[in-house]
Amino acid sequence: MFVMIVGAGRVGSAVAKSALAAGHEVSVLDEDPLSHERLDAGQGRSWEDAEGQFTVGTALETDALIQAGIERADVFIASTDGDNTNLIIAQIAQKRFGVEKVIVRVMDPARANWYGEQGLDTISPTKHAIEMFERALAPEPA
Amino acid sequence: MYAIVVGAGKVGRNLARELIVKGHEVTLIESSRPRYLQIEEEFEHAAQYGDATELWVLERAGIQRADLVIAVTGDDEDNMLVCQVAKEKYLCDRIIARVNNPRNHDHFRLLGIQPAVSATDLILRLIEHEVPRYGLVHLLALEEERLEIIELEVSSDAPVIGRRVSDIDLPEGSLIISVLRGGSGFVPKPDTVIEDGDEVLLVLDPGLEQSITAFFAPDGSHAQS
Repeated sequence: MFVMIVGAGRVGSAVAKSALAAGHEVSVLDEDPLSHERLDAGQGRSWEDAEGQFTVGTALETDALIQAGIERADVFIASTDGDNTNLIIAQIAQKRFGVEKVIVRVMDPARANWYGEQGLDTISPTKHAIEMFERALAPEPA
Repeated sequence: MYAIVVGAGKVGRNLARELIVKGHEVTLIESSRPRYLQIEEEFEHAAQYGDATELWVLERAGIQRADLVIAVTGDDEDNMLVCQVAKEKYLCDRIIARVNNPRNHDHFRLLGIQPAVSATDLILRLIEHEVPRYGLVHLLALEEERLEIIELEVSSDAPVIGRRVSDIDLPEGSLIISVLRGGSGFVPKPDTVIEDGDEVLLVLDPGLEQSITAFFAPDGSHAQS
């Protein structure tokens, strides 16, 4: 599979590495060239030597998306640090480029729910954190 | 009318003020605390502090009863998102979005966010009006209806000069709606004869400019191609 990941922060870069290790073709797009180092970190060889791809660019720029290979992406992951950016680029991937599987990180649980109902595959780390806290607070079953 | 204005920069603030002067009810939402405190002095209860891309902030502002949502922040993603949610989740009839980077115009269109207004585009259009390229000016583009109105200067070597409007075999999907001559305009009749120095207004389907220009300003159409 060809996996494209926009936003190589902690989450994006970790997912990129594991997808590459699982044998997928992986292309990462991030506006900060420094995020490339996060992809190299902890690997015996550089991201490129491991056959990962990296493009510097802004996700809203169509040229950058195309350069990173969105036209042949099977999976698109939006994991920048901005909910709004993620929601917009995910819809561009889905509606304009027809990417089959689009996964979006949305911190705000309310919007994650609503956009989930609209057909986007949303992941809300905040929602999970809330649930875990609630579970941790719940009285232990006697 | 009840209007929600998102983003209290220069555009949002002036817009809100004008709407209030015209007697409309307005809520102006601003997500930066220092800026909110500034506008709150002027707008008092009409100013609200919060990130309007969050649903509860829009709900607190009463989006369910809003007639119009205007998103004019400096961030195109925010403007798209606010308008999309207003239109699709809260079924607000009318939205207006500001486009900061004209290159994002396609994204607004893709998500059905119309009208999307870009100051850069507006100024470019004004420049075009002041300094017409090959005598062609775009007066109005009705994107959803897929129609546009253009103004053309009839150049002295135009094949239409001396011909009656009814004899000009314009492409399907175009129509001369007005002729400007000697400082005034009129609606042409079938037997109106086009003269050198006339300006004509046409309504046409998008994409016909080039073939239309060949009729009225043949040089221009060569230069463009």
